[in-house]
Amino acid sequence: MGFTDFIIILVKIIAVIAVLMPMIAYSVVAERRISAWIQGRIGPNRTGPFGLLQPLADGIKFFLKEDFVPSHVRHAYFWLAPAITLVPAFMTVAVIPFGSQLGSEKMVIADLNIGILYTFSIVSLGVYGIVLAGWASNSKYPFLGGIRSSAQMISYEISMGLSVIPVFLVIGDLNLSQVVMFQAEHGWLIYRYPFTFLSFIIFLVAAFAETNRLPFDLPETETELVGGYHTEYSSMKFALFFLGEYANMIAASAMMVTLFLGGWSLPFGWSAEPASDIMTGIMHIGIFIAKMLMFMVLFIWVRWMMPRFRYDQLMDLGWKRFLPIALANIILTALWLYWDPFNAMEVAKNVVTP
Amino acid sequence: MIVNRSKLTFWERTYLPAIINGFKVTLRHFFQKSVTMQYPEEKWTLPEGYRGAPLLVKDPDNRTKCVSCQLCEFVCPPKAIKITPPGSEVNSELGNVEKAPKEFEINMLRCIFCGFCQEVCPEEAIFLKSDYSLTGESRDEMIFNKEKLLEMGGIHQDKIWKWKNK
Repeated sequence: MGFTDFIIILVKIIAVIAVLMPMIAYSVVAERRISAWIQGRIGPNRTGPFGLLQPLADGIKFFLKEDFVPSHVRHAYFWLAPAITLVPAFMTVAVIPFGSQLGSEKMVIADLNIGILYTFSIVSLGVYGIVLAGWASNSKYPFLGGIRSSAQMISYEISMGLSVIPVFLVIGDLNLSQVVMFQAEHGWLIYRYPFTFLSFIIFLVAAFAETNRLPFDLPETETELVGGYHTEYSSMKFALFFLGEYANMIAASAMMVTLFLGGWSLPFGWSAEPASDIMTGIMHIGIFIAKMLMFMVLFIWVRWMMPRFRYDQLMDLGWKRFLPIALANIILTALWLYWDPFNAMEVAKNVVTP
Repeated sequence: MIVNRSKLTFWERTYLPAIINGFKVTLRHFFQKSVTMQYPEEKWTLPEGYRGAPLLVKDPDNRTKCVSCQLCEFVCPPKAIKITPPGSEVNSELGNVEKAPKEFEINMLRCIFCGFCQEVCPEEAIFLKSDYSLTGESRDEMIFNKEKLLEMGGIHQDKIWKWKNK
């Protein structure tokens, strides 16, 4: 890898972080405003025009608060946990193709040919932050939160992993750029096959569970566990958990857009080619971000709509419903592709050949 | 009492109707007008007879109605009122006016807004008006003097003008 390549990647990383951080900050504002609108309130509208400077105020508040560490915690892990929560969320974004091309550069930081495996392995690391926080806090509520989190993550990780297998059976490639290219040419997977639609539903629900969002926010459960795993945290360490949650939501949204909603492409084959000029390239990035924001709104909306699942209901849903459905989905997809009624394999082969 | 719990149908057990209805309800509320009142800018319309801050009023001739009888000072349960009568001084400007107070202080931190002062006042000179949310940056600031009380109280539109023909 030459020096220019290195610089280009560095620029991409900085650009992505520069977009991601404000996005996280403003999704917090969006969360508060949307929840307010749903509940017949107005929400924060005092800080700056329309309350748009609220993240700044929150940030200053987090920095200025006393960073209180209880005497009974296990210090090393207590300090490590917030970082472990935040970092994997950012690392996931590395393999997401967030646009087609700008000039001759592909709009993805790392065009790995095992993109999805990388994502799953990194996302699974996120749970360690929560479990460590629960354990290191050395206090009953965080401990319960940590236990719940580990059980929940394991349950839904499996359904999530199995739900994407039909996607790769259809496409025949693990590279996320190829996944997007296939969808740009042959239609998004959300409507192309019934199997991939079912995959999408399972993935969506599992994503809610993975990101600890209501109705699956059992590790936090303000009402029963005070704050769950981050009960003992304050100041910037708490803020890191907070940012981590939203960063995870963004990563999950990006994954769903990439896998099922055709990444940067428009539906029904409009603008299916990778961008040849700068304007189209920027438009493709815009399309990707728009789709991602749509999912963010969905995440927020559902939070203020559904009551929390009970712990046993959560486990029941994960193991007894989604796991069998996901398994059946894989088998059905495999059979469908074997019989090949609509010439699906031919389509796949065309894409795979480099 | 026995609550008859009917079995859920298959469709209901898929949890989808609950989700769809949830979306409907939240979407409806999303577009409804919010009920929040932007407090310092917007304020409630207070009901008739609201007991706000006790304030001194003037009659339509712009004269202080209070005659320093000190009944309110006497009746005030938390002893929030302090009146300094004018003594033997005569204010020639006001003519045949009875003795208006030299100083009249109400400590709004002590006041319990009971309205006894208004009830006991033989001159109808003190009223619990609609002012609420009285704020200040020090305790001294919360002791309202005569000037402030009269200014906030304004002119009371009486039917009887006690001083008109004197």
